[in-house]
Amino acid sequence: MKFGVITFPGSNCDQDMIYVLEKIMGFEVVNLWHKDDDLQGAEFIILPGGFSYGDYLRSGAIANYSPIMKKVVEHANNGGYVLGICNGFQILCESKLLPGTLLHNNHQKFVCKNTYIKADNNASAINQGLDTSEALKIPIAHAEGRYFATEEMLKEMNENNQVIFRYCNENGEVNAASNPNGSLENIAGVCNKNKNVFGMMPHPERAADMELGNTDGLKIFEAMMNAIQAVV
Amino acid sequence: MLFKAEIDIMPLKALLDPQGKAVTSSLKNLNLSEIENVRIGKHISLEIEAPSKEIATEKVEEACKKLLANHLMESYEFVLEEMTGAEA
Repeated sequence: MKFGVITFPGSNCDQDMIYVLEKIMGFEVVNLWHKDDDLQGAEFIILPGGFSYGDYLRSGAIANYSPIMKKVVEHANNGGYVLGICNGFQILCESKLLPGTLLHNNHQKFVCKNTYIKADNNASAINQGLDTSEALKIPIAHAEGRYFATEEMLKEMNENNQVIFRYCNENGEVNAASNPNGSLENIAGVCNKNKNVFGMMPHPERAADMELGNTDGLKIFEAMMNAIQAVV
Repeated sequence: MLFKAEIDIMPLKALLDPQGKAVTSSLKNLNLSEIENVRIGKHISLEIEAPSKEIATEKVEEACKKLLANHLMESYEFVLEEMTGAEA
């Protein structure tokens, strides 16, 4: 499978993402520029973390109208895989490929620390191979990560297993104390109805190299690729 | 015709506005404890060339809906006026 990692002006996790996919996992990766209007044959598109356009107006709002996003929306609507991490998640919410939005953290601070998350279910490629009782240690780094959706949207998302990850404590318990930003129902990541577009605030690419002492993020990527390649 | 739009974008009332909350408590430290419910939004002004006020209004609506405001978290309102010779 060929990956495409998009660099927007202000992206800063693009090279980490490429490193993990290429050097650690051995996949072919093409680095796409936000002004491109061609995905160069990439089958899985990743929108990395960062501060696209300096977070002007609202996080992700301006990047959503970058030329390449037309192609990303087309790709997603044709069933192609898309993953947005942190700022990438914010862009996918602005583009309406994912439901809901990300508000300022309830404590109004930028938060950069390790958190625990766990798969909420095994309904989509990204969490199919994960144990729903296992807490994964994945770092977060954001000021606008408080997931919000209307009650009606949330109900539909829960019924349709569209919540992919929730924040929890080390023992896998989902509670208020383990919620780092005030997200509704401890939501850390969601997917679309068709389960081919994923978004998450935590950074699995920052926990994917043995040298960094934590490979829980690699576990997520490996489980996801096993699930996808089993189908292909 | 050249118009000027003054747009106010506010966080929805139902949502917690942490910025407004922090400013409310800071005002209390200034002995301004009478002040409550500070909410912080954005003000955007823009100029638009259009053949009529109706068309200019439609265009500003479109800009608000597509980019300037996110209806899940914000509401917007604007005042649109034709710019006079001196302003233009």
